[in-house]
Amino acid sequence: MTEPAPAPPTIGQAGLTDTTVEAGLEIKVRSQWDYARRRFLRHRLAMGGLICLIIIFGAGIFANYVAPYTYDGIDLNNILAAPTTAGHHFFGTDEIGRDYFSRVIYGIRTSEEVGVLVAVLSSLIGLVVGAVAGYYSGWLDNILMRITDLTLTLPFLAILLTAAALLGTGSQWRVTFILAALFWTSIARVVRGIFLSLREKEYVEAAKAAGAGDTRIMFRHILPNTLGPIVVSGTLAVATAILVEAALSFLGFGIKPPTPSLGVLVAGGETNPQQWWLTVFPGLTIVLIVLCVNFVGDGLRDALDPTQRRVRA
Amino acid sequence: MPDPILSIRDLVVEFKTDDGIVHAVDDISYDVYPGETLGIVGESGSGKSVSTLSILGLIPQPPGRIAGGTAMFKGRDLIKMKKKELQHFRGDEVAMIFQDPMTSLNPVLKVGFQLSEAIHTHYPKEPMDTVKARVIELLRLVGVPNPDTRYEAYPHEFSGGMRQRAMIAMAIANSPSLLIADEPSTALDVTIQAQVLEVLKTVQEATNAATILITHDLGIVAEMCERVLVMYAGKIVESGDVHTIFRSPRHPYTIGLMDSLPKLTEDEEWLRPIPGAPPSLINRPSGCSFHPRCFQSQGRLQCREEVPALRGVEGSEHLAACHFSDELIGRTSKFSAPVAGGAA
Repeated sequence: MTEPAPAPPTIGQAGLTDTTVEAGLEIKVRSQWDYARRRFLRHRLAMGGLICLIIIFGAGIFANYVAPYTYDGIDLNNILAAPTTAGHHFFGTDEIGRDYFSRVIYGIRTSEEVGVLVAVLSSLIGLVVGAVAGYYSGWLDNILMRITDLTLTLPFLAILLTAAALLGTGSQWRVTFILAALFWTSIARVVRGIFLSLREKEYVEAAKAAGAGDTRIMFRHILPNTLGPIVVSGTLAVATAILVEAALSFLGFGIKPPTPSLGVLVAGGETNPQQWWLTVFPGLTIVLIVLCVNFVGDGLRDALDPTQRRVRA
Repeated sequence: MPDPILSIRDLVVEFKTDDGIVHAVDDISYDVYPGETLGIVGESGSGKSVSTLSILGLIPQPPGRIAGGTAMFKGRDLIKMKKKELQHFRGDEVAMIFQDPMTSLNPVLKVGFQLSEAIHTHYPKEPMDTVKARVIELLRLVGVPNPDTRYEAYPHEFSGGMRQRAMIAMAIANSPSLLIADEPSTALDVTIQAQVLEVLKTVQEATNAATILITHDLGIVAEMCERVLVMYAGKIVESGDVHTIFRSPRHPYTIGLMDSLPKLTEDEEWLRPIPGAPPSLINRPSGCSFHPRCFQSQGRLQCREEVPALRGVEGSEHLAACHFSDELIGRTSKFSAPVAGGAA
């Protein structure tokens, strides 16, 4: 500061103190996030989905402790055994006697790692691209959005299959990066739209007049206002990424066995069509995860939208 | 008189639109002296905001363009300054207060944070607790009750007047030497207006900053300012000491502005607006831009063909841009003397 401020003279209402505090009527200050949290906690479907998701993902994270067997442990006494509580083969065993319950749990771990990482990476890419395009607009916006359009028009599966074929299959990280490289477009468009409208706001002009630079305005002032939609689309991206990874693995272009992912497991069941449990359990797990993620995403969308006044069941 | 702190010469600002070039500010010159309050009045679209926003680089470019002129501030030309340099001036040496406090604070950031940021942007090395103490002091200075708790509050927990106080606190955070207030009380109701103007006055005394007050409220001008510029269609039509202008206006537009105000002491059935509408800034009338609406012109050829220059009418301080300003000698507006308490 150029100089220490003089002792502040009090003016106007400064002499007044907040009588509510004196009267013991403390007003609880609630931020937007407090309101959002309350709305989310009241959203039953979303809470149900969240609890379910915590259980499923928790099982995946702590697979070492939860699973009764390792994912490649072979039990030759129980080959293609039907689901039973005996020997803890809850989901049965496959053709070389591996416990399917354990494999599904390890599969959840792989799938959730892919899903979450793809969501995070693609959100980050989309965020930066969208923010830059929306904030600067003009030719930069044009270039970035044409690239986005191009990425969107690429035939998804064909690209994935080609990339998987060219780069080789097997590694879960390779699949993750390929998916992230294709997933960022929708978030980029959402973010760009919001930035385009918010950069005209008075508080942006005020920040500019106060001497704030472009980067500061973009990431300190505008970004917090876009977090709601980003969180929502990021959440939904988890579900999509898990689905696409499963599809890729099912087709044999994603994660290579013996590493279990849910898609790999569904594909494994294909060779033994009589043994329904080999397909049904991993398949159901995928459905359950995607359903729960979507419920949570819906709940977040409702909770983070301050204009939403509708009370949900 | 001391040297001016800001000295604008021949400033021309244009906006390119699909319909043609809008001459928002057309060749204006004025000075601002340390510690004084300069009022800029005029109708909507007369270029009063653009004339100040443009020198700070705050008009969108394109479509806006500063086509010419200089703006010397403390010996440096703001218009020739690089973007980065200008950024350091904004909020530190020159600060702005905006019209609408409801939208000028970021809704998702705490008020205290936004104020601290205004300081931190220019003095990043300042320790955080010093900045916080300074912000609380500023909030107290502008009359926000319980500044300690208000520091942690979000803008939606502030009323309109409180927000404008916070905006004023933000503007003076770095003790600027020039404060530009762009219709600081327009969005507020009348009682709050009076409070905010009082805050502005106190703040000005405390910081001794020169102030440019942009408004269309003549009452506020009478209350707050020492000198006035009257703008019409991108040009300065009259300027001078506030008492002189109110007592003996020498431009028909200024007289029209004053006559259009209702007088509280008389029972008036009708308001007396200036007839017609402000001209399009793309196709301005020939000669004096005001002549189609002017009661003084009476269709004279000189008004239609010749652009009147801003020239001294009574001494060198009182300037008016009218060919026939001498005919207005002795003509008083409704305000023979500046109205007291005009803001409320």
